[in-house]
Amino acid sequence: MKFTRRDALAMGIGATAVAMLPMRATAAADEAIAAFTGGADIGTGALTLTAPEIAENGNTVPVAVDAPGAVAVAVYASGNPTPGVVTFKFGPAAGSQTASTRIRLAGTQDVIAVAQMADGSFIKTSATVKVTIGGCGG
Amino acid sequence: MASGVKPRVKVPKTAAAGDSVTIKTLISHKMESGQRKDKEGNLIPRSIINRFTCDFNGANVIDVALEAAISTNPYFEFDAKVDASGDFQFTWYDDDGDVYEASKSISVS
Repeated sequence: MKFTRRDALAMGIGATAVAMLPMRATAAADEAIAAFTGGADIGTGALTLTAPEIAENGNTVPVAVDAPGAVAVAVYASGNPTPGVVTFKFGPAAGSQTASTRIRLAGTQDVIAVAQMADGSFIKTSATVKVTIGGCGG
Repeated sequence: MASGVKPRVKVPKTAAAGDSVTIKTLISHKMESGQRKDKEGNLIPRSIINRFTCDFNGANVIDVALEAAISTNPYFEFDAKVDASGDFQFTWYDDDGDVYEASKSISVS
């Protein structure tokens, strides 16, 4: 087969489209995040989301959040049937604004953490987790 | 899922005043997500723990809202600041209205 410049371009566009596919699922997550922030602007800051790069089993994926100065941290899974995962609210007796838990992920996707700071502003970070076996029992 | 639910909590027995202690909690619970289907193809209804709180001497340490995406046997690890001896009170709220409780005391020197 002759490999023309036009073919190469078409393949490039096709590959880009395939790469963009997982992004479709984020609309529901965006809505959930907007509900948490009340539509406020989200910046970036001292928020750490620790998640494995590759999770073999989507049924238990360990994640940890660390957000010094936050009053609440919400975690979202953009590719799950329901994007909400967990919301931590830190009380006056909290030693630090850290928490970790284990979550279910349906497949390879971005996990997003949004923190509400003491001054009412919001910061966000995300981590991509590759999931070998999905955890939604489909 | 009122049977077989057993909360487990790990709190250090002693600490220095003003210290931050790490607390680990685990509760055995199916956390049925509402996404799974049984053999006949019927959806298994959701049955999860939807809220977990931890208080120390009446002051809130952490208040967690759980969704269906939390794994079976929900596990949490977090830090609490202890200024005086007292009791940690842990409470889990089930979808079916059940409340599971556990408490641990810590002596602060």
